[in-house]
Amino acid sequence: MDKQRGFAIVLTFLIMAFFWVLLSGIFDAFHLISGVICCLIVTLLSHDLLVKGESKKRLLKSIRLLFYIPWELWQIVLANIDVAYRVLHPKMPIDPRIIEFETTLRGEFSQVTLANSITLTPGTITILVEPERGKFLVHAIAKEPAEALLIDQTMQKKVAHVFMETGE
Amino acid sequence: MVIINIIVTILLGAGLFFTFVGSIGLLRFPDFYTRLHATGKCDTLGAGLIILGLLIYHFFHYSETPLIPAKLIFLIIFIFIANPTATHALMKAAYQIGIKPWKTGEKRE
Amino acid sequence: MISLFLYNGVLICIAIGLSLYRVIAGPGVFNRTAAANIIGTKTITLLIVMGYYFERPYFFDISLLYAMINFIGTLVFAKYLERGNLWS
Repeated sequence: MDKQRGFAIVLTFLIMAFFWVLLSGIFDAFHLISGVICCLIVTLLSHDLLVKGESKKRLLKSIRLLFYIPWELWQIVLANIDVAYRVLHPKMPIDPRIIEFETTLRGEFSQVTLANSITLTPGTITILVEPERGKFLVHAIAKEPAEALLIDQTMQKKVAHVFMETGE
Repeated sequence: MVIINIIVTILLGAGLFFTFVGSIGLLRFPDFYTRLHATGKCDTLGAGLIILGLLIYHFFHYSETPLIPAKLIFLIIFIFIANPTATHALMKAAYQIGIKPWKTGEKRE
Repeated sequence: MISLFLYNGVLICIAIGLSLYRVIAGPGVFNRTAAANIIGTKTITLLIVMGYYFERPYFFDISLLYAMINFIGTLVFAKYLERGNLWS
């Protein structure tokens, strides 16, 4: 328990010190020392908010997350071109519906990442997430994005591969 | 130097186009849920592209202050995480209140 | 090149004007909240473009703060509309 707590304190302190230096931009002794004191006080008060729970193989998960981000950026660009086509077409081909599916993700951070990716990709927005059984309620704007999410399940497989929760 | 100006102009133009598409989507779509689709995605990408264009402009004209691009990169990351979360929160609140989604063939709201 | 930023700012203002119609005429409170969130995001973009046009580096700090205020404001509205009160 103490090792986890020490790791949380050090990580929170480093993040806050990084933001202090980034936002102030002045590097003389007075500002740096007052920055260290303020970061220490805030870290001791709130170190258990940012990093929670036990998790193994954190470094491997972070590296896989770093490789997941460019694929997601490409999906965002495709999504917006699709929405722009639907908005500017004179007949406005939309056909909204609500769909529901289950995943094998159980951790908090992985469910949040999947919900964020669903909201940023073509034609779907997350409405409700049930944390215990991994159920997602999703509003889709037409038939093709809904099918891509229900039948292909590429995004769920990729997120499960990043966080290693494929349920096996 | 001319090619950097052309890249910045293209990025600014594309960002402006997506911002306008977001606004027009707010006016044209028939229901609250579909309007959130248009604005929550297009506006985020439009803002991201405009700030990216200005970031490239900064690197080639004012390279003395390296802290300003760091602030702009943090702003892009923050917008890409915060806007979908706010969209999801609004949609969840509307669903739990009981607003019915629009199906094809109904009257416009 | 610098005058291009001025035209960009004017066009963003026109997009804000288009969203203002939805704030006035949207039936119900949800449409108006969503449109207010969008106007906030466009304001952040406008502030950064104007920061480069007038060559004042302090506009970027203001836009960073306003991004956070806009996000928290929309979340608080959504929570209040869902539950009826903010605490428990």
